[in-house]
Amino acid sequence: MSSALLSDVLNLTLEHLFLVGLSIGIAAALAIPAGILLTRRSVLQGWVLGFANVMQTVPSLALFGFLIPLPFLGGIGKQTAIVALVLYALLPILRNTLTGILGVDPAVRESAIAMGMTGPQLLWEVELPLATRTILAGLRIATVTTIGTATIAAAIGGGGLGVFIFRGLASVDTTLLLAGAVPAALIAVAADRGLEWVEQKLSPV
Amino acid sequence: MTEGRVSPLVSFRKVSACLGQKVILHDLSFDVEAGETLVLLGRSGSGKTTALKMVNGLLLPSAGEVSIEGIPTNAWDLIKLRRRTGYVIQDAGLFPHFTVGANVGLVPRLEGWPSCDIGARVESLLTQVGLPPSQFATRYPRELSGGQRQRVGVARALAADPPLLLMDEPFGALDPVTRVELQQQFLHLRDTLGKTALLVTHDVREALLLATRIGVLHEGRLVFLGGSAEFLKADEQEVRAFHACLEDKWKETI
Repeated sequence: MSSALLSDVLNLTLEHLFLVGLSIGIAAALAIPAGILLTRRSVLQGWVLGFANVMQTVPSLALFGFLIPLPFLGGIGKQTAIVALVLYALLPILRNTLTGILGVDPAVRESAIAMGMTGPQLLWEVELPLATRTILAGLRIATVTTIGTATIAAAIGGGGLGVFIFRGLASVDTTLLLAGAVPAALIAVAADRGLEWVEQKLSPV
Repeated sequence: MTEGRVSPLVSFRKVSACLGQKVILHDLSFDVEAGETLVLLGRSGSGKTTALKMVNGLLLPSAGEVSIEGIPTNAWDLIKLRRRTGYVIQDAGLFPHFTVGANVGLVPRLEGWPSCDIGARVESLLTQVGLPPSQFATRYPRELSGGQRQRVGVARALAADPPLLLMDEPFGALDPVTRVELQQQFLHLRDTLGKTALLVTHDVREALLLATRIGVLHEGRLVFLGGSAEFLKADEQEVRAFHACLEDKWKETI
């Protein structure tokens, strides 16, 4: 492998990590509070989960395409890619936050209320600690799938390891294809293992 | 409120509760006087747990009024009311991510006690319920037997020294030997600490053992209220149904 290719792999890997990291960060910042809110407003659950579900069913290449003509969010480049990746990552995080909190043993929740915990105390001292494992599992699924989906971002000029894959496809060059696919797969495996480890570490029970 | 009379600790006045179309409690009126143990006895679905949860405002009446120390629950600051009302449920409902010590010290901590006071309180309570603190304070609920968990549940309910204890089938999930041990311990604690208790059970023997007065709930109505002796003599149909659960030893007194 030439050193030019090697430095390209390195740069695109960093770009890929940036795309994934930022997207997951934004998605978590939106979906975790939204999930918490939904446990308090059960009427909205169907609507919001429905929206996140629909986002997930749109084929990824099509979603990138749909976003291009949109003002503010769309266009060509990283911004559009990040918006699409965020939309994809919402569902697993949202669903697991909801499941995690609603899955807290009703007897434990009732005890907490009966002991005189306030709403925020119930959330921070009981519900979130007991839901941590499930929420992190959602974050893990979202991260691993986003690492894969982010390769398609190159189609709309988002950069990342997908650049190699699309270039490899266009020029029928297996080396280029592998230069994109192998690091992406390695990142996905590493993220999966790493987050699994965090999950075990942070799990309170 | 009658002039010149100390208001009862807990007072139900014409309390009804509905869940959708279904009436859970119907026109319930009774008092719990300071120092007594009132046992609400009833089958599953008789409304006894619903009645209990109205005392600390986990549920509010659809009609009528539940008063604690003369103040209706809807006028209480519920957080304050709950922190001064002990609550013990079947299987204890301990916080699985807190140690035994943290479980017991919860209400004092919420109330902002200094941490050395909390530590001392936790030690004394664990000793009182028969769990040596050096051995148990740092364990997690999953490392305890059912009986030990229930002891922790009782210690937690007593932590902030509440005048009133609410207990929902507290010994229901225990093996018979442990159950008797804990019942005896409850009697001992109640008498030494002078607590008032409202206890809910479907076990007629437990009611006779623990109660100073027994109230029998049937389909949301209070069909009997009185002492153990009256209970054994009563001719009401649902009370007779409970008599039938007793061994001959008891029946001789009927």
